[in-house]
Amino acid sequence: MKKLSLLMAVLVLSFNVAAKEWKTIRIGVEGAYPPFSKTEADGTVTGFDIDIANALCAQMQAKCTLVKQDWDGIIPALMARKFDAIIATMDITEARKKKIAFSDKYQHIPARFVALKGTEYQATNAFMKGKKIGVQRATTMDLYISDNFPSAKIKRYGSADEAYLDLKATRLDYVMADSAAISDGLLAKDGGDKFEFVGPKLNDPKWFGDGAGIAIRKQDKDLAKQFNAAIKAIRADGTYQKIQDKYFDFDVYGG
Amino acid sequence: MDFSIIINEYQFYLDGLWTTTWLVTLSLLLGLLIAIPVGIFQNSENRLIRFPIWVYMYFFRGSPLLVQLFIIYYGAAQFDWLRESWMWYYFQEAWFCALLAFTLNTGAYTAEIVRGVIATMPEGELEAAKAYGMSKWQTLRRITLPNSLRRALPAYSNEIIFMIHGSAIAGIVTIVDITGAARVVNARYYAPFEAYFAAALLYMCLTFTVIFAFKQWEKRYQIEK
Repeated sequence: MKKLSLLMAVLVLSFNVAAKEWKTIRIGVEGAYPPFSKTEADGTVTGFDIDIANALCAQMQAKCTLVKQDWDGIIPALMARKFDAIIATMDITEARKKKIAFSDKYQHIPARFVALKGTEYQATNAFMKGKKIGVQRATTMDLYISDNFPSAKIKRYGSADEAYLDLKATRLDYVMADSAAISDGLLAKDGGDKFEFVGPKLNDPKWFGDGAGIAIRKQDKDLAKQFNAAIKAIRADGTYQKIQDKYFDFDVYGG
Repeated sequence: MDFSIIINEYQFYLDGLWTTTWLVTLSLLLGLLIAIPVGIFQNSENRLIRFPIWVYMYFFRGSPLLVQLFIIYYGAAQFDWLRESWMWYYFQEAWFCALLAFTLNTGAYTAEIVRGVIATMPEGELEAAKAYGMSKWQTLRRITLPNSLRRALPAYSNEIIFMIHGSAIAGIVTIVDITGAARVVNARYYAPFEAYFAAALLYMCLTFTVIFAFKQWEKRYQIEK
């Protein structure tokens, strides 16, 4: 009996220690969504999300390992404990909150359509009928198009880069993605001058949530608190601003 | 574990099952049309005939189906002359690229089966045909092909099964086949086990249908013995 209670005490104690502060964190990143996250020729990942991840870790004085994971499987991998947090421009939505939890937002960028210059666009299902729209599978944009334009031919891709390829090859009429990702991944690249944004900026919280946050498992509330404090701290001390200026000429945090 | 997801989204899976079925069936039929003449001519004595056939079979058996699909789907889009020609009408469709890749691939594998069974025809039967005064063409039609078909069945049923399973890569070029449906459902509900398990069951149904059909077919030949 004594032994058992001792064991219990040790368990409770060690649990408490683990719950207090995270010193080592594995972070899942995508590596295929420039400028937020991209894979360099030598295999390392760079980008806004990566810099934010490193800044947050430095702030928390935690040892972080970045784990590259395709977008498709990124939430299942988090739940399967392949890593402890996701920093990958993931919008905070109700549907996702059923499975996982989020920190406060760390950025908020509207989504937009892009198409060949001069392409007409109307945000109605009737107009979009039969039009080929490319989108990254399992994103908020995917849901938005599925719900609003069910008559369109929706083509779902594993990464935004593949969708740009097919847009350039005229297999698609439109691609929808985060506006900043389109600017960097398509418009600023070779041959990107043939394309332009069409339609308004889209950020209806019903589909796009309230900005992008850091995803964690539901039971790791303490980790969310730690991240929230760190986000506040890097916003306050100018680190965030510095990282933002490296990639964007506008406010990515949003109001 | 929550399999109600699959029941709610059964429409995706039904569409996927239909896509996989017609895509694979059509590839196999067209592939067979390529394979029979290619396999026959592979046994030809003329090098000018044999060489291009050898190149075709070597390429499609020598590289992964996924790579072939990428070459056709993404590679084709790179050539302006192709994009400006009438062919682009077909090449811009993902289903056409998949159909082309699958057809050429299964055609090469099946041609090897055809070549093998023809090359191993029992000598005695061929000699008997000659003794009856049959021409080359008559021997092929009356003796070699029927006999070879019988011996090719087990190997060919395997090729069909490989093709059904190989077709799972169609989802990578935006086609919503069974695997594609599972990916969409997984993406929506973050339930990989349920989503892919349902896909596995559907593939198993397809595979067992094929196995069963070929067993019946083989049985018919056994009775004749």
